[in-house]
Amino acid sequence: MSNYRHDAHPEDRTEPYLVAHPAEAVAAAVPKIRLRGVVKHFGSKHVLDGVDLDVAAGHSTVILGGSGSGKSVMLKCMLGLIVPDAGTIEIDGRDVLRMNRREREAVNDRIGMLFQNAALFDSLPVWENVAFKLLAQRRMTRAQARERAAEVLTLVGLAPSVGDLSPSELSGGMQKRVGLARAIAAEPDIIFFDEPTTGLDPIMGAVIDGLIVDCVRRLGATAVSITHDMASARRIGDTAAMLYQGRIVWTGPAEYLGHTGNDIVDQFANGERDGPIQMELRR
Amino acid sequence: MIHPLDPVATLGRGVLGACRTAGDVALFALDGLSHLVRPPFYGRLFLRAFIDFAYYSLPVVALTAVFTGMVLALQSYTGFARFNAQGAVANLVVLSMTRELGPVLAGLMVAGRVGAAIAAELGTMRVTDQIDALTTLSTNPMKYLVTPRLLAATVALPLLVLVANILGVLGGYLIGTTKLGFSSGAYLSATLDFLHWDDVVSGLVKAAVFGFVIALMGTWNGYSSRGGAQGVGSATTSAVVSSSVLILALDYLLTELFFAR
Ligand SMILES: Nc1ncnc2c1ncn2[C@@H]1O[C@H](COP(=O)(O)OP(=O)(O)O)[C@@H](O)[C@H]1O
Ligand SMILES: [Mg+2]
Repeated sequence: MSNYRHDAHPEDRTEPYLVAHPAEAVAAAVPKIRLRGVVKHFGSKHVLDGVDLDVAAGHSTVILGGSGSGKSVMLKCMLGLIVPDAGTIEIDGRDVLRMNRREREAVNDRIGMLFQNAALFDSLPVWENVAFKLLAQRRMTRAQARERAAEVLTLVGLAPSVGDLSPSELSGGMQKRVGLARAIAAEPDIIFFDEPTTGLDPIMGAVIDGLIVDCVRRLGATAVSITHDMASARRIGDTAAMLYQGRIVWTGPAEYLGHTGNDIVDQFANGERDGPIQMELRR
Repeated sequence: MIHPLDPVATLGRGVLGACRTAGDVALFALDGLSHLVRPPFYGRLFLRAFIDFAYYSLPVVALTAVFTGMVLALQSYTGFARFNAQGAVANLVVLSMTRELGPVLAGLMVAGRVGAAIAAELGTMRVTDQIDALTTLSTNPMKYLVTPRLLAATVALPLLVLVANILGVLGGYLIGTTKLGFSSGAYLSATLDFLHWDDVVSGLVKAAVFGFVIALMGTWNGYSSRGGAQGVGSATTSAVVSSSVLILALDYLLTELFFAR
């Protein structure tokens, strides 16, 4: 716990929030995901500059940060899509950066991901998108996978008939729902959401947030969500962490966002122009 | 300090960059080929790529071949007439088509048609995160996107070239019999008399190599594209330009290999 930077809310200082749920406090002792000193440069651009982060099992963690601050890069490092220049990433206590391809694939089999722009396969109908992982893992026949896709589409509030459409025929909100369905169809232990509500109207955003909370709870999964929408962060997150200048500068309960006592987080959460964060218009 | 326009530095950087790219492409190709022997195999995707390469390229390759055969007959006739060697027209048409023009023209046409489409499709998949999405969905993107296309192109091009050869000879035959005054039997027997099996085989080997190169350049440029719509556009351009240049260069090398005695 020594690295768990928890700047408690002033009124809560005597009782760290994790102790309120003893079962989860034990789980938090072995983080589901643990990043230490993760560094990633693209050329001369230092995107991640020593990220330390613990994600407690069964918790929903939101990562906050400005556009271009490296949130997506951080998620892609956890997924093995980008290899960090330095640092360690552990999932279930095992260093995923030192695994061979097969071990890494086995870890990824248990992870679901909703990409920022849904990243649906436009060459396949919606149902095959949703059932893609089930078919890839040869867990079921095409007929069974199709049934399962219809079930999962219903879970995210879409009619099974949507399964026959092509992703390009769907609105942004529907694409996000299909992306969510695809992420949860194989019942992962860990789910990543990259800006699930960006680009949606506020009501659709709230609906997607609700679906995310439901799905994560139903699966009992560990969730890591990226967002810069405060309302969304408070709705989805148990814990929040702020990524700023390539590091996690604050971690704490999501409900404190806006009055955490950390100037950087408070400026970001309240959308103030003046404060420690200066918009870097040029890098 | 080195001036940015220093020609020596520019040349050096260019050579180093080209070497690095060649190494990257070679590793990419080896990775793609290694999935040929590692299950799972995507037969459906192979079939789709094969149909794209072979069936949908047929019209454009066929037209090119017929007209090329016709032009060859016409041009060679006027040339050979000066030496009273008109009889060599059928010979020239069949040898040029099978050894050179069949594979090269089919290769260039397919590079422009399918190579460009592959680069654009994979490039779009890259910049919209669809390739990353494959990895998160228990699917190796090399195996899923690259290997089926490499194999399909390598198999499809020789078949296309076989058709192109026949149609090219047919084009020459049409001009020979309708405009140049050859009798049908004489033209055909002249064609077959001069044709040797290794002319055809060397052309088909070339075609297989060109097919592989087209698919490799298409997939590699698409796979490694960056930076939105513009990146996809330049990936498509590089796929066509690099595969066309490589086809012509490899054509020379393979000809040297087959026919230099
Ligand atoms: N593959 C890449 N190559 C070069 N630069 C990249 C790459 N991926 C991301 N970046 C850069 O890293 C920075 C952070 O990107 P990203 O993580 O997508 O930001 P965000 O926090 O908005 O998700 C951006 O400036 C982006 O240009
Ligand atoms: Mg992002």
